[in-house]
Amino acid sequence: MTTDGIQLRVDDVSLSFAGISALLYVTLEARQGEILAIIGPNGAGKTSMLNCINNFYRPDKGRIIFEGHDLTRMPAHRIAQLGIARTFQNIALYTGLSTLDNLMAARHIHMRAGFVQSLLYWGPAHREDVAHRQVVEEIIDFLEIEHIRKAIVGTLPYGLRKRVELGRALAMEPRLLLLDEPMTGMNQEEKEDMARFILDIHERHGKTILLIEHDMGLVMDIADRIVVLDFGLKIAEGTPGEIRHNEAVIRAYLGEEMTE
Amino acid sequence: MAILRPAGEFDTGYARDMATIRRPWQWWLLLAFILALYTLPFYAGQSLVSLVNRIGITIIAVQGLNLLTGYTGQISLGQAAFMTTGGYISALLVNNLGWSFFAALPVAAMGAGIVGLLFGLPSLRVKGFYLVMATLAAQFIIPWFTRNAFPDVLNGAQGLNVQVPILLGLEFNRPQRYIYITLTVLILTTIVAHNVSRSRLGRAFVAIRDNDLAAEVLGVNLFKHKLQAFFLAAVYAGVAGALAAHNIRHLNSETFNLTDSVFYLGMLVVGGLGSSLGPIFGAIIVELLIEGATLFGPFFIRTFPSTAAGAVQALRPLFFGTALMLFLIFEPRGLAHRWYLLKAAWRLRPFSH
Ligand SMILES: Nc1ncnc2c1ncn2[C@@H]1O[C@H](COP(=O)(O)OP(=O)(O)O)[C@@H](O)[C@H]1O
Ligand SMILES: [Mg+2]
Repeated sequence: MTTDGIQLRVDDVSLSFAGISALLYVTLEARQGEILAIIGPNGAGKTSMLNCINNFYRPDKGRIIFEGHDLTRMPAHRIAQLGIARTFQNIALYTGLSTLDNLMAARHIHMRAGFVQSLLYWGPAHREDVAHRQVVEEIIDFLEIEHIRKAIVGTLPYGLRKRVELGRALAMEPRLLLLDEPMTGMNQEEKEDMARFILDIHERHGKTILLIEHDMGLVMDIADRIVVLDFGLKIAEGTPGEIRHNEAVIRAYLGEEMTE
Repeated sequence: MAILRPAGEFDTGYARDMATIRRPWQWWLLLAFILALYTLPFYAGQSLVSLVNRIGITIIAVQGLNLLTGYTGQISLGQAAFMTTGGYISALLVNNLGWSFFAALPVAAMGAGIVGLLFGLPSLRVKGFYLVMATLAAQFIIPWFTRNAFPDVLNGAQGLNVQVPILLGLEFNRPQRYIYITLTVLILTTIVAHNVSRSRLGRAFVAIRDNDLAAEVLGVNLFKHKLQAFFLAAVYAGVAGALAAHNIRHLNSETFNLTDSVFYLGMLVVGGLGSSLGPIFGAIIVELLIEGATLFGPFFIRTFPSTAAGAVQALRPLFFGTALMLFLIFEPRGLAHRWYLLKAAWRLRPFSH
């Protein structure tokens, strides 16, 4: 952790696909313990930004520093071990596993049982499983998904799958949580539940949350700060109050409404 | 779920909830079943004992494939090739170096595992169809090697006569004896396979199968775990290959061939991919079907006289193919899935409808 309270620093990052720019010279910072929202019209480059943080996409240019580590030079699974968890816009659960096992699978980075111990199971591997089950059960209680604990997630309705995916990210006990449109496609009640969970996570555990969301009203309510992307460029940054009255933002969103 | 069990039984702790066998009578049932298998030579005829012995060995090969294909999602057509590897290693150690079979077996398993790991390397770059092609390479290269390399040791296409296992002067020279080796090894491989499925390793395997990108973002090292899956699958194949070679006492490049590899995949589909019981159900059903083909032989020859010479050989693929198609249409998740549904219905009785 750095002394200036900045946990994640995206520094001048550019990314393009076959000559088409997805991100252009984007610089942003997430401070320790804040909810930072990234908003912008479809195709603005929000998901690409998260994919760069996970090092799925390798930026053409720029650096991404998390607590002193350069993520652009690190394999994706090592980035998870640093304490970055993520949910996906199009839900990427382990569909053949139960809710419980999805969350247990996310304990992978905290578990020590090696190859041989897993084969033998009895003894250390079993004790470790029981201990981690405790952590997972607490998350299940918190997210109010006890009733689907043993349901295979592939069979769950959309809103619940989104919630299980949040649970899976929490089970990693991350220090930075990346949420890609956690409320998209939900009804109003589900959205409010999800917003409550996000705020709870933030308040109880002081986790830094990087939130991508389309619903402007919700974002304004829960974000500490907002970064606005449009066509890969950062066009604004500030508190919800500042963003609400920003000329460039209003223009970008009006533009989207006209093309829709 | 606790409430699914009959009146008033709740889990006293997570350890209990995570246990595979939760009720005393289930233990007794399992024990009785194992006892029935071990005493088989006392009440069953030679042909049945021999069939059970063969099915047992097949189950081991399919269990290995299940770890790789069923759990980790990496389709392989190389299982028979790794059986060949294990078979040759064990045969050479016993025949040429005078090792005990029981010492050669683990070495054959490791050797096959390492070869399997090498042929698993392409899985780091390619998936699906391309990976199938890569594993098919093993199915060509390894038999070629046994036919052409070191002819004075491997004896070319003719292959090797393989000695029977001996333990404390007891020769395992007929199915009634060999079955004890097979059953004991099978119990071990079943326990290990089941342990994998419920451990950290197994969850990483399934994570890779269900969503490899998410798995990576959640901290699963794809490189390491895919290779571990290939290694394990080939270890199982090596064990099965060694067991089979010393059972049939002969081994050449065609003893375990591409058709076997395809059959193993089919058994997995019939039994249920990614379930501990899948390989057991699948191997039993398919082997019994093949056995059925043998019984149908005479009738078949009358109907299709042109196939007279190889009627049974011709029926094997026909029965297998038909069974596979029926399963893909009616129960693509395999018999194990059907079994779990039955069990769930049983627990819910009398409210199952
Ligand atoms: N894997 C990819 N291949 C090609 N183009 C991509 C890829 N991922 C994203 N893009 C492009 O990058 C731009 C930004 O996409 P994305 O980051 O998904 O936007 P957002 O999440 O803000 O809606 C879009 O033009 C999209 O088509
Ligand atoms: Mg997106």
